[in-house]
Amino acid sequence: MSPRSARDEWLEAFNAAAKRASQFTTMSGVTLDPVYGPESGPYPGQFPYTRGLHASMYRTRLWTMRMFAGFGTALDTNARFKEIIAAGGTGLSTAFDMPTLLGLDSDDPMALGEVGRCGVAIDSLDDMRDLFADIELDEITTSMTINSPAAVMLALFVAQAEERGVARAALGGTLQNDILKEYQAQKEFVFPPRQSMRLVRNTIAFTAAEMPKWNSISVSGYHIREAGSTAAEELAFTLANGFAYVELARQAGLGVDDVAPRLSFFFNAHIDFFEEIAKYRAARRLWATWTRDHYGARDERSWQLRFHTQTAGVSLTAQQPEINIARTAIEALAGVLGGTQSLHTNSMDEALALPSEKAARIALRTQQIIAYETGVVHVADPLGGSYFVEELTDEMERRAEAIFAEIAALGNGSMLEGCIRGIEENWFQGRIADSAYQLERHFNDGTRTVVGVNRFTEGNDDGDLEILRITNEDETKQVERLREVRRRRDDDRVRATLETLAKDAVDPERNLMPALIDAARALATVGEMMGTLESVFGRYVEVPTL
Amino acid sequence: MTVRILVAKVGLDGHDRGIKVVARLLRDAGMEVVYTGLFQTPETVAIAAIQEDVDVVGLSMLSGAHLTLAPLVVQALRAKGSDIPVVVGGIVPRNDLADLEAAGIAGVFGPGAGAQQMVAEINRLVATADR
Repeated sequence: MSPRSARDEWLEAFNAAAKRASQFTTMSGVTLDPVYGPESGPYPGQFPYTRGLHASMYRTRLWTMRMFAGFGTALDTNARFKEIIAAGGTGLSTAFDMPTLLGLDSDDPMALGEVGRCGVAIDSLDDMRDLFADIELDEITTSMTINSPAAVMLALFVAQAEERGVARAALGGTLQNDILKEYQAQKEFVFPPRQSMRLVRNTIAFTAAEMPKWNSISVSGYHIREAGSTAAEELAFTLANGFAYVELARQAGLGVDDVAPRLSFFFNAHIDFFEEIAKYRAARRLWATWTRDHYGARDERSWQLRFHTQTAGVSLTAQQPEINIARTAIEALAGVLGGTQSLHTNSMDEALALPSEKAARIALRTQQIIAYETGVVHVADPLGGSYFVEELTDEMERRAEAIFAEIAALGNGSMLEGCIRGIEENWFQGRIADSAYQLERHFNDGTRTVVGVNRFTEGNDDGDLEILRITNEDETKQVERLREVRRRRDDDRVRATLETLAKDAVDPERNLMPALIDAARALATVGEMMGTLESVFGRYVEVPTL
Repeated sequence: MTVRILVAKVGLDGHDRGIKVVARLLRDAGMEVVYTGLFQTPETVAIAAIQEDVDVVGLSMLSGAHLTLAPLVVQALRAKGSDIPVVVGGIVPRNDLADLEAAGIAGVFGPGAGAQQMVAEINRLVATADR
């Protein structure tokens, strides 16, 4: 008996998958195949997944339209979450304010002027309760974009879900928890890298044991790109960080097949359309190949790189902000043609402020036009086989491999060590700053055009958009909420839970999640939990380099 | 005379792409640039500016906290008897320009401000201050 062909295997998987419709046709009635290409393949849903993770791709399920939101107090953001769900959003993604991202309470002197401004302020379990009030936690998946205090935020999330009667095991969602890219690009770090990685190791182990539907890390290239890297650097640094987390999990006694299926990825969708599509295709192929061949993964879910996409905030202009709708639509289309599992579209006003409700709705509508009007979702990997896109995919792969070799060399063969040393030696930060500078020079000398900035500026003086204004009132309100919690709680219980946390932190073999959940239940604040950890771990200061 | 400028990140805003790019562009234009690093306070910026004997302080602010923090930097400098001008770059809505000017901010470079414009404006400020 001859072995089954790639086509037979694909067809079997395709037939087994549920479909959103029985037939998919063009506007003029042409019936479309689910995928096009040579009989012998390659097919979507097959190793190395260049053409997509699933045999039937968007015919079975569209991407999750996951809109990132957060501002003001937990009550403000809860109301925005409900608007998103009412408008047809299918997932939530929480943006936290700067003090929360850095593990500071809203009344910390350093928090002045920042409370509730770039995201929602979360100080204690009380805020977490309000944030997710009336939202079905076992039905809608939740993503929390937080890194240095990721373990603390996970503890608060678990504590509020459990008191509502939702078991840990029922919670589906994602913790960003990608600390490596914080040092490399986003710069919201607190503890030194190696101590931070211990917290990541603890969250990986905890979610692996107790939260089977939870993605423990969203390995994020988005911020690396926003900080100025090239597409190839975004691809390579992100995947290298992913490999580092696989190696880290080994230290917690977890094999690659225990951890890799629980890593999700997060990429930027920048304005260079085909390069972005090539980047996503190369990302899937590289991850599949590396997890199988370098890390010995045997579970096909370990090989499958699932990713969220966000359009490029940095591509938006404050000038003629309405034209950002067009930029975002093109970038979102690249994400979809690249096979994304989830998508956030930026609002037109994001070069000016956090999005207004109307701007956020238009951004969601942009995704809905792509999904329901354009027909691009009918055929898997519609650009596969294009001489240009295939070559660009190969080129992205070659460039990433060259960068992997550099990182491995920094770590004497270990990606984990290479990523940490690369941070400690400012290697990543320098590469990103160099690329950002090169690009800016092209904008300044006009060799790259930005519409409304260095060309086509008529209309730049038109009236301003109505933008969302966060007032200092939110800060006052939040500080008052926090003080009220401090008055109401049992201080002895808080002190006892924090003492346990400090004791556990000293022992590198202890998992800190149980102590954090106890402290969360006792209404210890984010600042108190992080401060307790800092007293053991110390604080990281980046050496400023230009 | 070579213009000396201190570029600084005040508060919790970690966005450092802009400040690094601008620092290099100012260097390309012949200025001497000192960078504070992240997470500074108004006080540490004022002390650094005076110690480094700079002609201008440039703050990079992308988190929306400019109305709170930029005036505090001006106040910290003036309290130490320094009249070094302070400029702000980053995401500053047009509606906030008047408030910043009233708080003593000498110039604002919003999104899309080009390198040449920044260099010219900083040179003009330093020349005016010297007179």
